[in-house]
Amino acid sequence: MPAASGVMTPVSWPELAEIVGKEHLRAATAADAIDGVEAQRVAEPGTAEDLARALRWAHAAGVKVSPRGGGTKLGWGNPPAACDLVLSTARLNRVLEHAWADMTVIVEAGCRVADLQKTLAEHGQRLALDPLWPERATIGGILSTNDSGTLRARYGSLRDLIIGITVALPDGTLAKSGGKVVKNVAGYDLAKLFTGALGTLGVIVQAIFRLHPLPRESRSLSFSGTPESLNQLLLAIQASKLTGTGLQLRAAQGSAHLEVRFDGTAAGIQAQVKQVQQIAGSMAASDAPANAWTSHQAIWDGATPALLTKFSVLPAQFAAVCALVERSAGAQSLAWKIVVQTVGAGYARLEGNEQGLRTALLTLRDELAKMGGTLVVLGCPVAIKRGLDAWGPPSDAQPLMVRVKQRFDPDGTLNPGRFVGGI
Amino acid sequence: MEARILNEFRAIVGAPGLITEPEQLSTYECDGLTMFRVLPLAVLLPTSTAQVQAIVRVCHREKIPFVARGSGTGLSGGALPVAKGIVISLTRMNRILEVDLPNQRVVVEPGVINLTVTARVAPDGYFYAPDPSSQLVCSIGGNVAENSGGAHCLKYGFTTTHVLGMEVVLPDGSLVHLGGRTVDRPGYDLPGVFVGSEGTLGIATQVILRIVKKPEVIQVLLAAFNSTNEAGAAVSGIIAAGMLPAAIEMMDNLAIQAAEAAVQANYPNCGGLLLVELDGPAPEVETLMEEVADVCTKCGAWEIHVAQSDAERARVWTGRKAAFAAVGRLAPAYIVQDGVIPRTALPHVMSEIVRLSSEVGLRVANVFHAGDGNLHPLVLYDNSVPGQDKLAEKLAGDILRLCIKAGGSITGEHGVGEEKKMFMAEMYAEPDLDTMQLLRCAFDPENLSNPDKVFPRPRLCGEKPGVYEPHPLEVAGVVQRF
Repeated sequence: MPAASGVMTPVSWPELAEIVGKEHLRAATAADAIDGVEAQRVAEPGTAEDLARALRWAHAAGVKVSPRGGGTKLGWGNPPAACDLVLSTARLNRVLEHAWADMTVIVEAGCRVADLQKTLAEHGQRLALDPLWPERATIGGILSTNDSGTLRARYGSLRDLIIGITVALPDGTLAKSGGKVVKNVAGYDLAKLFTGALGTLGVIVQAIFRLHPLPRESRSLSFSGTPESLNQLLLAIQASKLTGTGLQLRAAQGSAHLEVRFDGTAAGIQAQVKQVQQIAGSMAASDAPANAWTSHQAIWDGATPALLTKFSVLPAQFAAVCALVERSAGAQSLAWKIVVQTVGAGYARLEGNEQGLRTALLTLRDELAKMGGTLVVLGCPVAIKRGLDAWGPPSDAQPLMVRVKQRFDPDGTLNPGRFVGGI
Repeated sequence: MEARILNEFRAIVGAPGLITEPEQLSTYECDGLTMFRVLPLAVLLPTSTAQVQAIVRVCHREKIPFVARGSGTGLSGGALPVAKGIVISLTRMNRILEVDLPNQRVVVEPGVINLTVTARVAPDGYFYAPDPSSQLVCSIGGNVAENSGGAHCLKYGFTTTHVLGMEVVLPDGSLVHLGGRTVDRPGYDLPGVFVGSEGTLGIATQVILRIVKKPEVIQVLLAAFNSTNEAGAAVSGIIAAGMLPAAIEMMDNLAIQAAEAAVQANYPNCGGLLLVELDGPAPEVETLMEEVADVCTKCGAWEIHVAQSDAERARVWTGRKAAFAAVGRLAPAYIVQDGVIPRTALPHVMSEIVRLSSEVGLRVANVFHAGDGNLHPLVLYDNSVPGQDKLAEKLAGDILRLCIKAGGSITGEHGVGEEKKMFMAEMYAEPDLDTMQLLRCAFDPENLSNPDKVFPRPRLCGEKPGVYEPHPLEVAGVVQRF
């Protein structure tokens, strides 16, 4: 991938001002930097068409672009090789159509998750996701970073809920794929391609989702024990006929908890609570603390310097992961905590000294790879990040992914260097 | 085909794995959509990934187009051979390689039959959720190509939800692993685009599936209405009440008659039959089943019956799943259509179908996955009457256009294949299709893997895509981009 900024001649920013409107183009500040890489300008186009035109202009001018929604996860991925322009979707924030009887919604990419949920709740519905920082995160942002949350245990992740997408490509093309029906196999499913692509193929300007009813009732239970006993319980719950909408294991030095959530009718919940207690045998259940289901968010709070990672393993490996994290952190005198959802995706936080974090990270990554898992660095001191690929070693599909990138963004205009293997 | 190439193919798969005799080749000249037939130059039956790879390498070197084929049950001509190409049949790669119950994963070769997966894990209380009506014979590889659905995908999702990863031979013969056993692997979601790509991006030689625990209780309710409109109102009522049934199916009178004649499912003779399946914890299913019955009564159901035994439930489903074939009893020939509409458009689209069918004087039997708006109108005709096949084809096409106009799709689960590629240009604008081609060109720049399917026009991958220009209909305000 071309790494350096593509700007050869002085950039004519007034041209961009003409496209997005003078008042919507401003000089970038330190607050707009991504992993210490400072941009020159921030543009906030007001329509999808203007955004596409702005992107086309940037592409032609050799200006490197980082798309931005709420800016809550800008540190994810590798530091950009270059970033001249932050292209914000802040003004594309409308819920365009809530077809509640069809249980679908068409929403612009810059709409904040909480704002969307509020609109949907008026008809007793929701997008069945609970991503990080919903008050600030946008639809385009959670899509680009593939951030789903704890409801995934029952409703799947973003890839299972998105049914249509409109994207702007670097050449200014506005293209859509899918549509507003939940079942549709006409053509390639580009919505999935753009989900988790970290804005390296195009800029998402609109998405269409299938919706679910808000639960009538909900109850969550918590169990305490060793990671081993809780992992066994988790597998037993998973193998039972219970239909929880959340199942997670969290652990830190000296403590471990499992939480399970049941949604549905009062009678259904009551019966399931009884069953889960039978499965748990001698392990006593208590009502889960109110913040249990935002543990994936709480893991971002704590002392620094810290290392934040997302890992992915199989459900039967959770206890082994706890032991691994404890061992790697302990060897470097680091504090640690993890939370993992039943589907196998989790976050781990390590706190302490920079050298210790670096060493622990390398151990964790190697050991998880041996288990068949993966580890992605989401946050750490920039000095550590610069010495590694945040995404880990590339797979044998890397050359294919590079070809995909080259077709969609041949000049490397979008987020150069931030994705896997330096894409 | 040149003898030297045939010899090379023979060396790869052995003499029993190579078919070149015309009468044997004719077995492969079409899939479940029999109106298109093309004889391939050869059919190869590999038994391993290495053999598939070797075959594709030869194809790549010699620029021979290839079409992968599973059980050949596809309904859109996706496995239709290419005249100067070969067919690679994956039916001999039919082993279940691994069953990992604690992690709910099963690894299979592409020729494994859909129902075989469920049969293998059923003793432990699991099932493989995607259940196309052809599940007794269709293969996992074919399901991956088509992103197959089935009646229960309303609740459980499509093939794409249940495929976590696969081993793929790319059109240049290289081998890659897309996705894997664990979720969210770093990189682009290539399993997400490969599933449903109808064989145009390469050949899956191993597939990692997710299996699902069987629910505690399954109940199915039959409700008889005077019309499909009343039944449709009940569907909306059920959804609006915040329920997500495992399946909601609808049949009109013609489809009911056919199913009754074929399998004696004991369906009431009515204008619109609704079949609602709920599953989950027993007390929950009980409560919700009462609510479903209530909604149906309010919408005019004059007979409501909950199947009382597993055997009765199985019979109810046999009737539904046999409906396509059963329609053969009503007419000498028929076209199976597959369109999708937003649920709320059902009354309008149904009345339009009635109008169109009476205009041309052909009968249409309707079978729907009503919960997700997936229509399967069956256009009946007599192929011994000159010109009637063309009339039927036109009526089927007009029904698709109705779906597009209603904001829906030209296919919910059967695929575009050969049959509907011209309709892609009606559903999508040029830039949309050009953008999809970017993906194809990344996988298959030489256009060798199932070429000329899905898209209305072939495209050379060397071309640079043009800049977006608004569609004339958009400028005129007739259509809107969403």
